[in-house]
Amino acid sequence: MTVASRTPAGRAAPRPRPAATPRRTGRAGTPWIYLAPALVVLGGLLVYPVYQLGLISFLEYTQAQVSGGQPTSFRGLGNYAELFGDPEFWRVLLATVLFAAACVVSTLAVGCALAVLLTRVRAVPRLVLMLAALGAWATPAVTGSTVWLLLFDPDFGPVNRVLGLGDHSWTYGRYSAFALVLLEVVWCSFPFVMVTVYAGIRAVPAEVLEAAALDGASQWRIWRSVLAPMLRPILVVVTVQSVIWDFKVFTQIYVMTNGGGIAGQNLVLNVYAYQKAFASSQYGLGSAIGVVMLLILLAVTLGYLRLLRRQGEEL
Amino acid sequence: MRRPWRFAAEASALLIAAVVAFPLYWMVLSAFRPAGEIESDTPRPWTLAPSLDSFRRVFGQQEFGRYFLNSLLVAGVVVVASALIAFLAATAVTRFRFRFRTTLLIMFLVAQMVPVEALTIPLFFLMRDLGQLNTLGSLILPHIAFSLPFAIWMLRGFVKAVPEALEEAAYLDGASRSRFLWQVLFPLVFPGLVATSVFSFISTWNDFLFAKSFLISDTSQSTLPMALLVFYNPDDPDWGGVMAASTVMTIPVLVFFVLVQRRLVSGLGGAVKD
Repeated sequence: MTVASRTPAGRAAPRPRPAATPRRTGRAGTPWIYLAPALVVLGGLLVYPVYQLGLISFLEYTQAQVSGGQPTSFRGLGNYAELFGDPEFWRVLLATVLFAAACVVSTLAVGCALAVLLTRVRAVPRLVLMLAALGAWATPAVTGSTVWLLLFDPDFGPVNRVLGLGDHSWTYGRYSAFALVLLEVVWCSFPFVMVTVYAGIRAVPAEVLEAAALDGASQWRIWRSVLAPMLRPILVVVTVQSVIWDFKVFTQIYVMTNGGGIAGQNLVLNVYAYQKAFASSQYGLGSAIGVVMLLILLAVTLGYLRLLRRQGEEL
Repeated sequence: MRRPWRFAAEASALLIAAVVAFPLYWMVLSAFRPAGEIESDTPRPWTLAPSLDSFRRVFGQQEFGRYFLNSLLVAGVVVVASALIAFLAATAVTRFRFRFRTTLLIMFLVAQMVPVEALTIPLFFLMRDLGQLNTLGSLILPHIAFSLPFAIWMLRGFVKAVPEALEEAAYLDGASRSRFLWQVLFPLVFPGLVATSVFSFISTWNDFLFAKSFLISDTSQSTLPMALLVFYNPDDPDWGGVMAASTVMTIPVLVFFVLVQRRLVSGLGGAVKD
């Protein structure tokens, strides 16, 4: 926490001040002027849609209401009852949670391991690895998805040739399709973890690490007992970001499994909501799925806030 | 560290870099392969007769150049607008103490978690009511909103890092508040703005769901991700076309990344250090 933000000047700002310092006048209103554009945009395009989402999830809202001119009717919890009574929903929810968890764990493991590796090598290999990772990071999700599909293509892909798998199709089986998407997701999201954790490690004073090494700590021990605690705020940030990103994967699943896989075997919540709303025009049901996603991520956020508070971080 | 260990570490770093870069290499390679070579049973990791046929097909078959400009326009507007709005907001929440400040910060954090994809449905109706369906505005507006919370949250650390004494000094020298804001604070926070703009640029440039949902009938307003998938027919994909379009789509992001690379690393470090 910086000292600057706690100076008396900052503290005393809301108090009425004598007119002796004219530049301070209007200080109480100024932050709101600065905030106004952000609040207008967020209010109109984030808060209002969230409200609408909740509202639609309670309505009978299908093609008939959207363009057929039929009056919308209130369904109460009808959409939710229909959703929770559908075994497919529970299957998709379970798949989403497990898939996201697998993605988060793999991404963090790869990202952290490579960040440590970066600190162990000289400038040239470091730059090469950094550039390769930035390339993967920069690749748009749609592009990455199609490229990985080509790599694992049963007929023309190099992977099957090298592994001698013949024309084995990776997208046919449920688990191998998920595994393929997971590889792509890890490939394009580990760089964020790697770069952030690497920046964090570089910020740890060298003396601390030297002292630990002098005391005879092993590499693993240094990581676990010295680096990890010091990097904890960063690790929390990258973990939470990864959870959020991986929980709502859409493009990769949509493109790589062609809209959710054979008979919807690779659906995750986001694609499921999209299919319900835009493919079968059940907007009410799709919104209910959206609300469920929102609530799950809200729970993650609240957990994150509690963690921050326990660390005594000042907002 | 002992020599053999460092050697092993460097060798594995280079090997991993090769693996990570391989998909990109294969993409560019496939884009330059002559017709027929892609659809070969024994793919070779090189090509002896590079050709521009796939690129010609991509730029000839549809208004690809136009989609490219559309994407560039959307991403450009979002990056600039969200950076300016976020800069003002971040200044407000770090440089001032006022009621509801903490509440606002928590709300920005919560807003960052909102799965934007879940809002596709209400946004679709909102854009319809605003008459923005099938226009680039339907992509620009939501993306500004969704870039903001993260940008504000990240910029906070940068604004905080500028010493308060500097602000006092500027005022003592007779600078007005807006002069301090734009001529002192803004340049100092600029590296942070670059790091944040990476995120807003990428999420906008990559956007597929909004483009797919909001640009339904007017294809002249299409953006690159949609254009790319025209070549990708799951049953019989035109791999050469897909890879050429992918290459064209990836290059601007790569250029952007290389330009901001150094700032990005220091920027991320600065953002998480506070």
